[in-house]
Amino acid sequence: MSTENKQEIVSDGYKGPGFFATTLEKVVGTARANSLWPLPYATSCCGIEYMATMGANYDLARFGSERMSFSPRQADLLMVMGTVAKKMGPVLKQVYTQMAEPRWVMAVGACASSGGIFDTYSVLQGIDKIIPVDVYVPGCPPRPEQILDGIMKIQELVKNESLRRRNSTQYKELLAGYGIE
Amino acid sequence: MENSYLQFIENHIGIFLQAILALGFVVTVMILTHLVGPKRKTARKLENFECGIEVQGDARMPFSVKYFLTAILFVLFDVEIVFFYPWAVNFRELAESGFFKMLIFIGPLLFGFYYIIKKGALKWE
Repeated sequence: MSTENKQEIVSDGYKGPGFFATTLEKVVGTARANSLWPLPYATSCCGIEYMATMGANYDLARFGSERMSFSPRQADLLMVMGTVAKKMGPVLKQVYTQMAEPRWVMAVGACASSGGIFDTYSVLQGIDKIIPVDVYVPGCPPRPEQILDGIMKIQELVKNESLRRRNSTQYKELLAGYGIE
Repeated sequence: MENSYLQFIENHIGIFLQAILALGFVVTVMILTHLVGPKRKTARKLENFECGIEVQGDARMPFSVKYFLTAILFVLFDVEIVFFYPWAVNFRELAESGFFKMLIFIGPLLFGFYYIIKKGALKWE
């Protein structure tokens, strides 16, 4: 394999023979993007697809995300997979609130994204009603490839996120809009 | 004497250095991440994690020690049986000396047993 075909981990920077220089922001972003610890919040069938995604065939470990975290304290990425009932809403919000900073959210499947076929009084019509979502993965349920695609989209976001984004007034307003301190 | 100590340090300096470096790296990185990493400390965030459900009560509450006491005393007196078996098998060979040694072993234990019965440790009600 020639070096030209190799995908660059950090795309832009100053390169010379034997050295590579880039901004701190890029380094931090790349490090974060390739070591995301997902917190699986699986409530229904999309969770089963997630299990397949973690398995050997699809292998989420390739993206540095093999370490699932079942405590929000150590998680960077909240993956909501499945139908979230309105009664479950506050629980989900609490889990999100208690996650480590900075944090990202992925809504997997139609139910988490929009309520899906459950257009009914008891089901939350998309988790973005209660927490901010970074990436939506469509499908009912999505195939593991789609979940992987979502992960790659998240990685793209993480890589290119400014270190100051979470301190910006825009972000603070977003969180305030959801009533999250 | 002095020389052999120096020799020892000289021979193992690499291991010492590596141990210090490894430990130093871990400690430094842990301190650095806590200092540099982004954080948000709000009351809701720092609440105990109970799977997102509201915390009820305290994790440290008083509970009856009756079961624990019985269990731990059982373990204590159960273990001494282990010593009885080989003694019983070799009873004839060990003769009187073995018997008296066993008495010395069991004496304090019997005294302890008498003590806990008098204390009422095995009374359930």
